[in-house]
Amino acid sequence: MSGRLLVAQATTFDLPNVEYSRFLPILILIGGALGILVLASLIGGRVAEGWWTALSVATAGAAIAASCWLWNDIQRDGPGTAVSDALRIDGFSVWFSLVICSAVLLFSLMADGYVQRERLGGPEIHVLALLSASGGLLMAFANDLLVLFLGLEILSIALYVMAGFHRRRDESGEAAMKYFVLGAFSSAIFLYGVALTYGATGSTRLDQVNRLLTSLRFAGGDRNLALAGMALMIVGLGFKVAAVPFHTWTPDVYQGSPSPVTGFMAAAAKAAGFAGLIRVLIFGLQPLREDWRPAIWALAVLTLVVGSVLAIVQIDVKRMLAYSSINHAGYVLVGLHANNIDGVAGSQYYLLTYAFTVLGSFAVVSVVARQGDSSTSIEDYRGLYFRKPLLAVAFTLLLAAQAGVPLTTGFLAKFSVIRAATTEGDYSLGIIAMLVTAVAAFFYLRLIVTMYATPEGVDAEHPDSAGSIAVLTQARTGLKVMPATAAVIAVSVAMTVGAGLWAGPLLDFAKRATIFFPS
Amino acid sequence: MSLLLAAEGAAEGARAATGGDFPYLTVAIILPALVGVAVALVPRRREEVIKALGVLGTVTTAALTVIIAVQFDRHEAGYQMVSRHPWIKSFGISWNLGVDGISLWLVVLTGLLFPIALLGPKVHKDLKAYTAWLLLLEASMIGAFVSLDLFLFFVFFEVVLVPMYFLIGGWGYANRTYAALKFFVYTLVGSAFLLVGIIVLANLHATRTGGPLTFDVVELAKTPGIAGSQLLFLAFMVAFAVKVPVFPLHTWLPDAHTEAPTAGSIILAGVMLKLGTYGILRFAIFLFPQAAKELAWVWLTLAVIGMVYGAVVATMQKDLKRLVAYSSVAHLGFIVLGAFAFTRQGLQGSVVQMINHGISTPALFLLVGWLYERRHTRQISELKGIWKVAPVMGGVFLLVAFSSIGLPGLNGFVGEFLVLIGAYPTAKWWVVVGTTAVILAALYLLWAFQRVFQGEPDEANRTVPDLTMRERAVIAPLLVLIVLLGVYPKPMLDRIEPSVAALVEHVQANGGDTRKEPAILAGPHQAEGHTP
Repeated sequence: MSGRLLVAQATTFDLPNVEYSRFLPILILIGGALGILVLASLIGGRVAEGWWTALSVATAGAAIAASCWLWNDIQRDGPGTAVSDALRIDGFSVWFSLVICSAVLLFSLMADGYVQRERLGGPEIHVLALLSASGGLLMAFANDLLVLFLGLEILSIALYVMAGFHRRRDESGEAAMKYFVLGAFSSAIFLYGVALTYGATGSTRLDQVNRLLTSLRFAGGDRNLALAGMALMIVGLGFKVAAVPFHTWTPDVYQGSPSPVTGFMAAAAKAAGFAGLIRVLIFGLQPLREDWRPAIWALAVLTLVVGSVLAIVQIDVKRMLAYSSINHAGYVLVGLHANNIDGVAGSQYYLLTYAFTVLGSFAVVSVVARQGDSSTSIEDYRGLYFRKPLLAVAFTLLLAAQAGVPLTTGFLAKFSVIRAATTEGDYSLGIIAMLVTAVAAFFYLRLIVTMYATPEGVDAEHPDSAGSIAVLTQARTGLKVMPATAAVIAVSVAMTVGAGLWAGPLLDFAKRATIFFPS
Repeated sequence: MSLLLAAEGAAEGARAATGGDFPYLTVAIILPALVGVAVALVPRRREEVIKALGVLGTVTTAALTVIIAVQFDRHEAGYQMVSRHPWIKSFGISWNLGVDGISLWLVVLTGLLFPIALLGPKVHKDLKAYTAWLLLLEASMIGAFVSLDLFLFFVFFEVVLVPMYFLIGGWGYANRTYAALKFFVYTLVGSAFLLVGIIVLANLHATRTGGPLTFDVVELAKTPGIAGSQLLFLAFMVAFAVKVPVFPLHTWLPDAHTEAPTAGSIILAGVMLKLGTYGILRFAIFLFPQAAKELAWVWLTLAVIGMVYGAVVATMQKDLKRLVAYSSVAHLGFIVLGAFAFTRQGLQGSVVQMINHGISTPALFLLVGWLYERRHTRQISELKGIWKVAPVMGGVFLLVAFSSIGLPGLNGFVGEFLVLIGAYPTAKWWVVVGTTAVILAALYLLWAFQRVFQGEPDEANRTVPDLTMRERAVIAPLLVLIVLLGVYPKPMLDRIEPSVAALVEHVQANGGDTRKEPAILAGPHQAEGHTP
């Protein structure tokens, strides 16, 4: 009798239907990471380091392919949900899947040369990057605040370890510690926000939160609870995307972390954070837009201004790029604030193109930093053009793109978000954003000029004289561009300039992949 | 102009051969850009190859621009040689080029000045990068002058800054880094307003006409109720006023000019400043004729202040190059004065003055550059009696100075005279005050000439060599044009006339528009709301 009851209970228990194929990119990343770990424990030490890189790149490539395949599915069947509505499968998730998987692919290539130079060998860095990326993807796919939190934690915990990956450098450990303490703090704040939202609406699912907020007539306590939850979630995610005033960790962590990891943080972690923020605000909390738009406006202005002004006074390139990445977050917030299709598409486009630009930039930084990863002051770039002309030219293009010079993706990205802002009648935000571009040009140009300035001891008019050549040879030692790193730089430059010239397809794709895509 | 006649036959053949729809403008942009890239790929040591490529690229482009001038139909007021291809479809942005009487001579001037800038001054280092930057600068300059798509114009308008920044910062004088940065950031601040203005205008056009998003300037001008939008007009004007530069936004110019290498100064004064005045005519006045009329008094006043102020300050300069730089501030005031007179003669004078200033001032910079190469100083007090040792240089300088002053019979006179005559009916008092600048121009230029070239050379100046044959050959085209355009400006005026007349008509027809633009900033501020 009791046995029959058990069976009856078991049949009524509703097992979620797991459509594995619909979130294949996440599974591939996790599978790849675990596969590499298993292989490493079986045959580790007996194979060349390059194999781990190859496996990691293959995994990321497979995830990219799976994302493209998913995109075709969505084109055919329309967007939908999976795993009992915990995940949302739409153009938006595919877009961020592409951003983060590309970032992890480029990162693995970059890390290859880095771990060899710094003798940090082993497959761990690739495993961590793949896991971290899977967390980022989970955030982009999330239709549930708890899934979002889960993604945030997977992303972050792997990143804490990556930040401290350079075991012999104190700065690296310090960065990891800082990132961990502040990151854990912000995760807690985010989780608290989730709890309050649940308290106010009775659900953690974004579509239900949206519906409840629309249908219920919020009054008194409930509304305040929802607003408090919203504020805390903005703070928690604002930390991840390094929006001012939640940015204070960024310069220290960016400076201390191994250069490739910093690039990965700026590209993938920022993109994932924004994916979460857009999911929460534009989708889940859309009914509260009158409340969050002013907050995002203030965040955007602060982030734009503080990021660019503080970048001017930096003398360390990694710190400068950290502030510049804060500044870039401001532009993405401008697109988010617009709260329309153009704005979201602009933000998405911004994050994709910025991922390539910033990864390329940090690839250059990690080359110039040399063994020990410590030559990162602006003075270390003096005369780079005379030592490594191609490297200097590539860096010039990447910095010009970040400064928003036309004919690069950087300009189109800024144009897209500013256009979205002005469409909403926000002329002031548009003009502030453009004026900040002028401020930002200042520090990018300073770095560029330094690269073309003649190094000490070299005669500008006779760079071929014996004395000059001796100085240059001396300065060139230790500046070694590994083939994989060169590939990363080449891909980033090609993407930045190529998509800047042949601009239509990517912009169209961004527009079709917005969160508003027929639902 | 004899050059024109000579080229006419060749162009006739080309027209027959290509069926008349050869994409001249596209080629005029792509050609220097490609040669620039080619130069960048040549090894640094092969200086003779670099030099040959540079000369080939700039001279071919110059020939091409002359062919464009010959092909140009002088009875046609609208855009010619239009080529239009979609670029970024989702934003309605297209590769949309065309010339009319206002831009034609600026394109030719650009083509003419680049070979001179390349061959005139000596380059003391890194010839490869220098040549490549110059060629890219030429491509983007021509692009800016022929763009009929506002987005495309903005792209070129901005891209121009990059090579110029590197030219000033890399090959300039002692304080070059500061000057280059100041130049770049100043212009960028101006463009901030321009870009937002462009976007707002395109959005307004799309919502008010219900049509797709477009940046085509002719289409945008048809936006209902746009003619009187003062805010948009000012957004455009700020960017152009920085570029011109209009007083009080001119402070970057003396620094940039003084620190720039000679080639940079030639291009900067010759054509780059004209991007501002050209932008005023082509976009600010054309798109917002009513606002331009209503606010004309502001710009007329600033123009006249600039004319007098620039001239007075030029008088005080101790540095010869700085003096020429300030004379540019004064001369460009004339162009703005003519533009905001809204009369046929005034606007025509404005366009002519752009060209004439683009001939005489580069010649002055060239001469100052050569003086510097010989004496390694530009301080007027250290130069003395150069005429005695370098009579050709003295004679050339005097001729160019006369042209710049506006002596009748030389080119400078034509533009200034047209501007003053044309502006008198509509802007009487401004003209009365502005005319003093003509007198002051004679004062500062002739006084400088007197101090530098006259008298007995002292010890340091006794060994200054005269112009070499190469230098004479480089400056000769400019001298020929100074005299030719002064004596017989008709071929130039003929081609300018119809377009200017059309612009004046456009301003008359739309300038009195009483339909007021509802203040754009008071528009619906919050979005209508999106429900997902």
